[in-house]
Amino acid sequence: MSIYTSTEPSISSFNSPNYNPQLVENVNSVLVIGSGGLSIGQAGEFDYSGSQAIKALKESNIKTILINPNIATNQTSHSLADRVYYLPVTPEYITYIIERERPDAILLTFGGQTGLNCGIALDQSGTLAKFGVKVLGTPISTLITSEDRERFATALKQINIPIAESVACETVEATLESAAKIGYPVIVRSAFALGGLGSGFANNEDELRQLASQSLALAPQILVEKSLKGWKEVEYEVVRDRANNCITVCNMENFDPLGVHTGDSIVFAPSQTLSDEEFHMLRSAAIKIIRHLGVIGECNVQYALQPDGLDYRVIEVNARLSRSSALASKATGYPLAYTAAKIALGYTLPELPNPITKTTVANFEPSLDYIVAKIPKWDLAKFQYVDRSIGSSMKSVGEVMAIGRNYEEAFQKALRQIDPSVIGFQGSDEFNTKEKIDEALANPTDRRVLAIGQAMIHEGYSVDTIHELSKIDKWFLYKCENIVEVYKMLFDVKSLDQLTKELLTKAKKLGFSDKQISKSIFADLKQSEFDIRRLRKSFGIVPFVKRIDTLAAEFPAMTNYLYTTYNAVKSDVEFNENGMLVLGSGVYRIGSSVEFDWCAVNTANTLRKEGKKTIMINYNPETVSTDFDEVDRLYFEELSFERVMDIYELEQSEGCIISVGGQQPQNIALSLYENGCNILGTNPMDIDKAENRHKFSTILDSINVDQPEWSELSSMEEASKFAEKVGFPVLIRPSYVLSGAAMSVVNDDQELHAKLSLASDISPDHPVVMSKFIEGAQEIDVDAVAHKGKVLVHAISEHIENAGIHSGDASLILPPQRLSNDTKLELKDIADKVAIAWNITGPFNMQIIKDGKKPLKVIECNIRASRSFPFVSKVLGVNFIEVAVKAFLGGDNVPKPVDLMMNKTYNYVATKVPQFSFTRLAGADPFLGVEMASTGEVASFGKDFLESYWTAIQSTMNFKVPLPPSGILFGGDLSKDFLGNVAKEIQDLGFHFFAPNVQTKEYLSKYIDSKIAVEILDFPKNDNKKIRALFEDNDIKCVFNLGSKRAENTDDPDYQMRRQAIDFALPLFNEPQTAQLFAQALHVKVGEKIELLKPNNTKIPSEVLSWEEFLGYKAI
Amino acid sequence: MSKAIFNIQNGPTFEGISFGAEKSIAGEAVFTTSLVGYPESMTDPSYRGQILVFTQPLIGNYGVPDCTARDQFNLLKYFESPHAHVIGIVVAEYAYKYSHWNAIESLADWCKREGVAAITGVDTRAVVQYLREEGSSLGRITIGNDTPVEYFDPMATHLVEQVTTKKPFHVASTLSEPIANIALIDCGVKENIIRCLVARGANVTVFPCDFKIQEIADQFDGIFLSNGPGDPAMNVKTIANLKELLNNSKFDKIPIFGICLGHQLLALASGAKTVKLKYGNRAHNIPVMDLTTGQCHITSQNHGYAVDVDSLPKDQWKPYFINLNDQSNEGMIHLTKPIFSTQFHPEAKGGPLDTDIMFDKFFENIEAFKNQQKDIKLEHSQKPTNLKQLNLNIDVLAKERVLL
Repeated sequence: MSIYTSTEPSISSFNSPNYNPQLVENVNSVLVIGSGGLSIGQAGEFDYSGSQAIKALKESNIKTILINPNIATNQTSHSLADRVYYLPVTPEYITYIIERERPDAILLTFGGQTGLNCGIALDQSGTLAKFGVKVLGTPISTLITSEDRERFATALKQINIPIAESVACETVEATLESAAKIGYPVIVRSAFALGGLGSGFANNEDELRQLASQSLALAPQILVEKSLKGWKEVEYEVVRDRANNCITVCNMENFDPLGVHTGDSIVFAPSQTLSDEEFHMLRSAAIKIIRHLGVIGECNVQYALQPDGLDYRVIEVNARLSRSSALASKATGYPLAYTAAKIALGYTLPELPNPITKTTVANFEPSLDYIVAKIPKWDLAKFQYVDRSIGSSMKSVGEVMAIGRNYEEAFQKALRQIDPSVIGFQGSDEFNTKEKIDEALANPTDRRVLAIGQAMIHEGYSVDTIHELSKIDKWFLYKCENIVEVYKMLFDVKSLDQLTKELLTKAKKLGFSDKQISKSIFADLKQSEFDIRRLRKSFGIVPFVKRIDTLAAEFPAMTNYLYTTYNAVKSDVEFNENGMLVLGSGVYRIGSSVEFDWCAVNTANTLRKEGKKTIMINYNPETVSTDFDEVDRLYFEELSFERVMDIYELEQSEGCIISVGGQQPQNIALSLYENGCNILGTNPMDIDKAENRHKFSTILDSINVDQPEWSELSSMEEASKFAEKVGFPVLIRPSYVLSGAAMSVVNDDQELHAKLSLASDISPDHPVVMSKFIEGAQEIDVDAVAHKGKVLVHAISEHIENAGIHSGDASLILPPQRLSNDTKLELKDIADKVAIAWNITGPFNMQIIKDGKKPLKVIECNIRASRSFPFVSKVLGVNFIEVAVKAFLGGDNVPKPVDLMMNKTYNYVATKVPQFSFTRLAGADPFLGVEMASTGEVASFGKDFLESYWTAIQSTMNFKVPLPPSGILFGGDLSKDFLGNVAKEIQDLGFHFFAPNVQTKEYLSKYIDSKIAVEILDFPKNDNKKIRALFEDNDIKCVFNLGSKRAENTDDPDYQMRRQAIDFALPLFNEPQTAQLFAQALHVKVGEKIELLKPNNTKIPSEVLSWEEFLGYKAI
Repeated sequence: MSKAIFNIQNGPTFEGISFGAEKSIAGEAVFTTSLVGYPESMTDPSYRGQILVFTQPLIGNYGVPDCTARDQFNLLKYFESPHAHVIGIVVAEYAYKYSHWNAIESLADWCKREGVAAITGVDTRAVVQYLREEGSSLGRITIGNDTPVEYFDPMATHLVEQVTTKKPFHVASTLSEPIANIALIDCGVKENIIRCLVARGANVTVFPCDFKIQEIADQFDGIFLSNGPGDPAMNVKTIANLKELLNNSKFDKIPIFGICLGHQLLALASGAKTVKLKYGNRAHNIPVMDLTTGQCHITSQNHGYAVDVDSLPKDQWKPYFINLNDQSNEGMIHLTKPIFSTQFHPEAKGGPLDTDIMFDKFFENIEAFKNQQKDIKLEHSQKPTNLKQLNLNIDVLAKERVLL
């Protein structure tokens, strides 16, 4: 029975006297399911969607209860959710919360695939019915139909909508049989999987066997379909209310033809190569589908469209908010998640106002008078042995969105947003032969767009040739050709007077940046981007500002959602607010993600509370900071010096905050400062003294703060000599560090030679620094805020892992549990000295190592907000960003210094653990080191350290606690005690122990009781089927592999064991300290877990408390 | 590449590049916010005499399909009439190279052949903001060094006369036994309206706009009033004919359906008034609500005039649809007779297909009418009339529009 008493439309619209919404009755509290740690395929977009949903519910005076262990998110703030649980998003923990909170209703479609899967499980277990929890929005039966490919195929057949012919298979043999009937190439999809996980193409039986066995490890059922490689891929975002009103909010067209997962595709909105007939054929089908399935809320429909006719297939329907819906919201200005939440409560579309115009109804379809480009961000270079091809399984970690008035402008902006080193549409000399180019064009990788640039700009490839190889629609390529034409004109500029106003105007209209122009003209002219900027401004060539208003200016709309363009003659806005600029985080990537969005959003909030007008600049569609109601003006724009300065000048801004968005805004701080921009907080000249290793060390020396021995390298001989002096291992790194890129630990001279030749290529402007690497030392993170050199507040987080694991991959404990008061005082003392030495105003972070009783050593200092700011703020109950902003503004509102570490007791502990995405990165070695590999993080509270770790580790995605009598596999370094300690700790719990060889067995027997058997499993090489059988037959449910160093090649048995654990979706412990800790937790907690999981259990474990309950008050 | 200038009378001037016919023109400047469908819009007779400004900044992407291709009903497959009716187009960025399987030429080449002036490189958003604030205005496009053409208001002329078929023509159903005969008054009908009727199994006979429909109405199962350009009040003869039709109780039962101008003419014939909108509704995204059910639809629209809903004779008509954006009237339905009309375009082309149910409704009315006729005739024990025996000899009628 539907919770919506009426499914009939009525003559009720928000602006008519007949307004009379029929809402779902008796809904006063709603449980919102979050999506957990950021991972590939499920990232920041769900913070945005969930935040919007919570806003919509709050507006309707509904109490919101949120479960989400992702502590860095915006949604897990009391300013949004009334109650927050930092707990695993699993049916088990959601059930506990339902028992405690007795919510009237639940929202399942705002937490990605995780939320959806939990919802289906809770329905099937009868939990929702038992507690009378109403499922708001799309009913469970519809969710199941959209997820189960076979039911889905049947449903679409009923309404004559073609889908790619597919057969559901549950065994490898059945898969091969089906493929033989369908004909190769085929695509394999896995049911109930997020972001196309476990999907792929197979051209023949061998490929399919491999793929199917892997996919079936992750899901009970896979689907085999005929491949439609080369067809156009088009998506529609559709909304339906309970009264059957339907709209399509946006359509999008992929630059990459079918074959590349839409999350890994370059996408343009609206579609550009579709005729009216095609556009509306697919639009009508989308509406027919959403009506037939009975979605109440938001849904996305993905199509394959024949490139030379009107045939099409439905690829997929997501009956929930998705990455695409977040993109569509940002691309159009239409807030899909907000609207979906309102619809879930029972409002109809005409009963909701268009939040942009406020005067027209939400029941309309946006019209765009600009073009939007989305480009994915990959970080594959960070991984060893990773397969760089992109295909049906998503690998990107983030995405950017750019807005322009023509294709070239949007496309070039977006390309630059991906990475500051990219100047626009450009080539790369890695594609230095025809073979390499042709290969890259035909077989997509994360580098394909550079291959296209190389082919068109430098190698004279025709559009036809590129189209033949890549199947990319010629329209996109013709537009790229326009960029190439301007490049050629710029290449011909041999003297400055050839750089005419006309040429500059043309280049700017096609999205060329000043830097791109400076690098394209004759190098001997020695023109910097600053010179080009001056010349351009002397010609009066400046960008115009346009509004995004959902209706192409048809009605007046006072929106604050803005972008810049050179394809205009006037601006839509007046510049009279002198607002404060806040620079956001830019694209999410490994090392910089939602935590900086939290910082940016909180900065803007505080500024507003302090009575300042705020202007946000950011270009990441997955963020809350790009939600236009967070700030007074939102520029969806590049975070380059050029664009930030343009906006600063246009807006006559009061000042600019560069230290809350992570490293990217920090990198342009000095240029902004030198060009007269008022930077709030620490002087950029001082910031530079921390970024530059040499200056940094000199200052530390001068204030008597210790640091590992270091040296700046200018030649290989010097390097060798230094390494000899301090002794291996040594750490090498470039001076400007973005998430540990190119950092590495070197163990001997030979390795040093190899690594230096790679690292020195990174950035010739910044010298490479080498330092002594201290093994076995403890690492500590200090986050602090200062005002004029005086520390106002600081937090000390203790790492579980030893130094050597990138701090972004480390597990943090707060408050610290193993540090003496003396150490804490010493840490505070260092913070004080550093704050004075750099004259810090605002946030800063240090990583410090403790090597026994030796003096503490500072290994890293960033004068900006760090990744752990939301964590420490939420755990300690003090908003560090709010303190920082007040420090920026100065005056009477600067808070008094407070020592949260010494003068306060906490009867709880929080642990933050990394979220990895190795599952998605085929081949990548799941090994931790100085290069960061995690894509997100989760944190949980507990009454003690062990409990908080136990809960946090379960909060990582798809983590299943191994329960006896299942099997545990051991492997790795046998020269140390760690692995043995782990085995010893859990030997009494009833697990079966397995080892890959006799050495490991003998090693383990030294630690464990002689009565405990260790069975040797002989893993064959490269026979996944047999390996899989060994794992299955022996019921292996957890792997401890404590390798001592990275694998030298893929034959390394430890690499293989780690990889298998990932591919078979088993918990993997690959680091000694966390392995031992987990063993300890298992020892203490597994008995309780077994009881809890019994069907008649009514007990709720002690970690199930809300954030407010742990703290004893409602913080932040 | 010649320079081109787009002027708005008493308004701003925009410089750009000409990519169409080398012919300076003047007309009424209007804008559409549709994202797709430029070939359809440009050949829609309702745009007669207008300079169309596209808010979608990239135009010409998918070229222009074969303007002579015809479907199984002998209707133009891709165009809404044989030729372009807009006299000029204004775009932000023209795609000099197109890509589409269906295209046979570029928009530029087609514009040149059709005599349509075209200008690219214009800040069309700025144009729209001006038109939105100041209302529909006269505009002109001047090519190269031409002397600018005098401003000219096409709304002051009888545009329908220019676009209506000069003689009746007949579009036959492909069914062996067509289910109905429909008379269509052509004020500038779009091909797809005819298609929506014949594809449902009817023969359609298309008459010039001032044809005395009241004299032959009894030979048809339904009457359709088409869309068309300009001020509805200009169509004095058509309105007079319709008045006679409506006032003749003999025709009380005959289903009538009007779209756009057809809707306005029906309203005028019923004694209601029409008003000129400030800048009109030309878009593919306009929400309307069915006031009989509350259901909302997204519609395709193209009109500069609207029916003043307060002037509808309340004893005969009630409003059928309302525009949810500006609350303007979007349709009316007769209280007792099987007559209704819509301001929006259920036939789309371009635009969303959500409301093609309106044609189904028309055919339901036709079926009910035919059943009544049958019953009446049986009651009076008359011989059933053979509906194919028209006074008009179908066989000698033209099979497509007669454009002189």
